[in-house]
Amino acid sequence: MDFQLSDDQRALRSGMRDLLGAVFDRDRLRAAVERGGAVDRGLWRELGAAGFFALRLPEAEGGVGLGLPEAVLLFEEAGRALLPGPLVATHLAAGLVKGAAEGEAVVTAADGRLPVAHLGEADAVLAGAGALAGEALRACAAAARPVRSMDPLTPLHRMPSAERTTAHSERFRCEAALLTAAEQLGSAARTTEAAVQHAGEREQFGSPIGSFQAVKHLCADMLARTEPARAAVYAAAVTGDPVEIAAAKLLADEAAVRNARDCLQIHGGMGFTWEADVHLHLKRAWLRSACWLGGAAAEELLAADLGAAGPLPGSSAAYGRAGVEAGGGG
Amino acid sequence: MDLAYTKAEEEFRGRLREWLAAVLPGLPAKPSPDDWPARRAYDTTWQRMLYDAGYAGLHWPVDAGGRGATPTQHLIFLEETEKAGAPYVGANFVGLLHAGPTVAAEGTAEQRARWLPPVLRGDEVWCQGFSEPDAGSDLAALRTRAVRDGDDYVISGSKIWTSHAEVADWCELLVRTDPKAPKHRGISWLAMPMDAPGITVRPLRTLAGSTEFAEMFLDEVRVPVRNRVGAENDGWRVTMVTLSFERGTAFVGEVVACRRTLDVLADEARSNGRWDDPVLRRRLGRLNAELRSLWRLTEWNVSESQRTGGVPGIGGSVFKLRYSGVRQELYEAAAEVLGADAFDMDREWVLDRLSSLSYTIAAGTSQIQRNIVAERILGLPKGR
Repeated sequence: MDFQLSDDQRALRSGMRDLLGAVFDRDRLRAAVERGGAVDRGLWRELGAAGFFALRLPEAEGGVGLGLPEAVLLFEEAGRALLPGPLVATHLAAGLVKGAAEGEAVVTAADGRLPVAHLGEADAVLAGAGALAGEALRACAAAARPVRSMDPLTPLHRMPSAERTTAHSERFRCEAALLTAAEQLGSAARTTEAAVQHAGEREQFGSPIGSFQAVKHLCADMLARTEPARAAVYAAAVTGDPVEIAAAKLLADEAAVRNARDCLQIHGGMGFTWEADVHLHLKRAWLRSACWLGGAAAEELLAADLGAAGPLPGSSAAYGRAGVEAGGGG
Repeated sequence: MDLAYTKAEEEFRGRLREWLAAVLPGLPAKPSPDDWPARRAYDTTWQRMLYDAGYAGLHWPVDAGGRGATPTQHLIFLEETEKAGAPYVGANFVGLLHAGPTVAAEGTAEQRARWLPPVLRGDEVWCQGFSEPDAGSDLAALRTRAVRDGDDYVISGSKIWTSHAEVADWCELLVRTDPKAPKHRGISWLAMPMDAPGITVRPLRTLAGSTEFAEMFLDEVRVPVRNRVGAENDGWRVTMVTLSFERGTAFVGEVVACRRTLDVLADEARSNGRWDDPVLRRRLGRLNAELRSLWRLTEWNVSESQRTGGVPGIGGSVFKLRYSGVRQELYEAAAEVLGADAFDMDREWVLDRLSSLSYTIAAGTSQIQRNIVAERILGLPKGR
């Protein structure tokens, strides 16, 4: 057992952080807010070229041939950077929808009765085993009603009937939940850093506010939410186990939402303004926590797993469920 | 990231399981929690069995008499012994997890030879004399004084919350050897024999009704200078070595036990009808997520310490902070499952609910852990 990032995984993560730092810095983030979160097609293609969408496609099919653990690291970085766009759906569409793997196509997906993200600019909407595109997509978009989205980085539409487009496979839902959890994890880590930085710089009563225990404890709790969520997300990526994914989503949602709230609190009055980025993290975190596996559903799934002295995750086969050791590589 | 255990690790697990299955049925019956001599006998018998089978001090360095096991093997040991229902480390806790590792890391060859083998064999039990009535969380404010008199220190003062004091042979004692020095600098670490004249131990009854720990009064107790581990007035640094062990893997077995408790709670709730309450059911589901993540965080921390080869790091504070809260939530949920039975001390989990209240206080309160996380991990400025 060696539950740490491999050198390759570290390199992949820092490569993505560098790339996003170069192509999606704070100015670009604020520009994206001004655009209402509309997808930057050029950036989308750059992500495609970097393998963001094709990461898990086999090399024989033009992909990178890596697994869920590596995908989770990239989505964590996307979450840190607040990168807009239907990242999860397009990643899951690689190999299914032409152009998705390369970042040529923007692909979205509907999740139950929730509003659909980026429908107006999507080239396809995932629907069951296939996708709506062309005329069918245009008819679908025309029938949908735009929503004045609470999250300025995520344009939303309400669909009149979602039956066909929400018939996703169990595996699709699990992977979407896990990748969304990874974005939440990145956001939770980012707001922790932002809170700590602000608390170290902002002075009141003649001292940095981070020297006050009341503020210090908020920051400590942020880390104490992030690190268990990180362990849960990474482990779920390795095992692919649906119950572990539910645990990861639940804890990452909580970490992202509550950390953003605490970060906002530490920023005080400035935190309540449009200029601070923290509201963008909070609004995205709220939206993501409703997506792909909400809190109630995750808790029910985790409750159903209990009883008859079940196994701890990661124990050897005599105790554990089959497949735990199979791992996802890395 | 690789969560699969290696072939060698699985073989280790397999041998351990076989051994546990063979020896556990022969153990004597568990003693009453308040019968300290019986508890000592039970715990040291178990330690001797571990010693004879080659599992004593598994994670201690080989030159300290341990087996030099990897952190992962130690994790497997803690997991499997808990799953098999083996005795908890109990009265040997301080010797095996605090004092022993401290002597191993900081003691002279002579001190290691004197104190380590009896801990491993279960021949000698240690207690911890750190806290004082006016120095709990502010440990460095301790006032128990040790004055040099020839080859001895003469010690006067009092200690509190000293677990196992009634049956201990040795006490790892923090004393002030230089009252004029800044408070962190004038402290020394001594091994005090508990049969020395001048020591009075008075049991303290806890809110759970048990005599879990004691007060200890020291009236001109003489301890040889050669019993000091580390340099005079360097005891604070020596102690920090000890505390990092305490927060490292001390709770591994308990996470395993909590996860099993959660399963039994779910079974109980299904049979008594409480499962139909979606609020309670979802609460149990959330606890499943918490305990799974704590287990994964443990594997993460163990893997990290295996890679760095060092003592367990301050990341243990994050774990301790989170775990102590989760443990309390678990037994609050247990009370919900029990319903009217939650007030019957003879019901399972009721005593655990009361005991869980100590978790956010003992071994550094949650408030102290938050300060450690904020200052030493996140780098926030010291202050009030």
